[in-house]
Amino acid sequence: MNEQTRGLFTAFTAILKRDLMLIWRHQSDILNPLVFFLIAITLLPLGLDPSPQLLAALAPGMIWIMAMLAGLLPLDSLFKSDFEDGSLDQYLLTSEPLYLTVLAKILAHWLSTGLPLALVSPLLGVMLALPEGGYGALVLTLLLGTVIMSLIGATGAALTVCLRSGGLVLSLIVLPLFLPVLIIGANAVNAAVAGFAISTHLALLGAYLALTLMIMPLAAAGALKISAGH
Amino acid sequence: MSEPILTLQELTCERDERLLFSHLNYRCQAGDLVQILGANGAGKTSLLRILAGLITPLEGRVLWRGKTIAHQPDFVRELLFLGHQVPVKGLLTVLENLRWLNRLQTRNPSISEREALQRVGLEACADTPCQQLSAGQRRRVLLAQLYLSQAPLWILDEPFTAIDQAGVGQLETVIDQHRHNGGLVLITSHQTLKINAMRHLDLTDFPPDNRVYDHE
Repeated sequence: MNEQTRGLFTAFTAILKRDLMLIWRHQSDILNPLVFFLIAITLLPLGLDPSPQLLAALAPGMIWIMAMLAGLLPLDSLFKSDFEDGSLDQYLLTSEPLYLTVLAKILAHWLSTGLPLALVSPLLGVMLALPEGGYGALVLTLLLGTVIMSLIGATGAALTVCLRSGGLVLSLIVLPLFLPVLIIGANAVNAAVAGFAISTHLALLGAYLALTLMIMPLAAAGALKISAGH
Repeated sequence: MSEPILTLQELTCERDERLLFSHLNYRCQAGDLVQILGANGAGKTSLLRILAGLITPLEGRVLWRGKTIAHQPDFVRELLFLGHQVPVKGLLTVLENLRWLNRLQTRNPSISEREALQRVGLEACADTPCQQLSAGQRRRVLLAQLYLSQAPLWILDEPFTAIDQAGVGQLETVIDQHRHNGGLVLITSHQTLKINAMRHLDLTDFPPDNRVYDHE
């Protein structure tokens, strides 16, 4: 490994390690979206008719919608503290591409929100009487979908980082971009429940993931550069 | 006289629709220590951020070793920028904070991170979370980077804020040493530094002109 690549990944791992350590020491950051997800889904059978047929019909869409909303909760703070304490300037002044630094932040964010949401989703499927065929599809699509949502969300968070109350603007920016993910994801689970193959859905999600992986960290990096000028 | 290492050409800076300074021309040689003077809000921090490439000036350019910094991706390797904010995370310990700050740069420091902490008098609290530290101690975490950096250009924005007298004395020594090793230091401070042969850049010498600037 030459000097250049070593430098590249030291900064990437430094940020990733630091963010995971910060999240670990402040665990309510992980718990908040999870608790929201759990409560929202638990309330559904209470507010609606608790009959398994109705719940089973609603389950794929509901779990997906709630996962998406839960994922929105911690987005606002993604770059906020880095912007306020001047860490952002230091990211901009590293010799490695900002793309990688942003990617490290996104990866840490996904590991602390998207991944836990996808992992608890089967439990919520049980609570909503999701038919047996849907579990694999639910976890798989959520795993892919939450990565996409973290990538898009990071761009939104970077764009709104210098706004004092950017939460609402952030939702308005990212929600339209989340919609294809929601539609494909929920459809895939429905298809799996009905016994169809979901390879098309997974391919579509994969394509969207590849696209966002290329574009979104770049867009977020550009937005952060502009924010640093303020 | 040797070639200037850092040249400021015709810099004009604007913040929030207000011109701060215009036609700023200045040359710095390796081994210079330049204190930037100006009242609060005169644009000292903005000037330092322009020099670090964090903001683009309204007009003019900054040359490092004869080339515009915007066109030099490697310029940041030669730069240590310490802003007036302290990028230290309260939940991380002193050592952890110094570690991530240090690893962002491609450096081959001659001393370890623990030794750097010792130099700034923080070795006893290396494993203390930074939220339990005083403002001065937090700034010392940041300043420990001065001992690890091998970048020739140091840009320091108010590095003495909240630092006690003994600490200020130590810092002056480090800065003076860096200068004698051929480094260039640009600094803002409201304190009078006890270092010989300092140069001053007074922003009041470059008052805003009244020309109307096009926004691209």
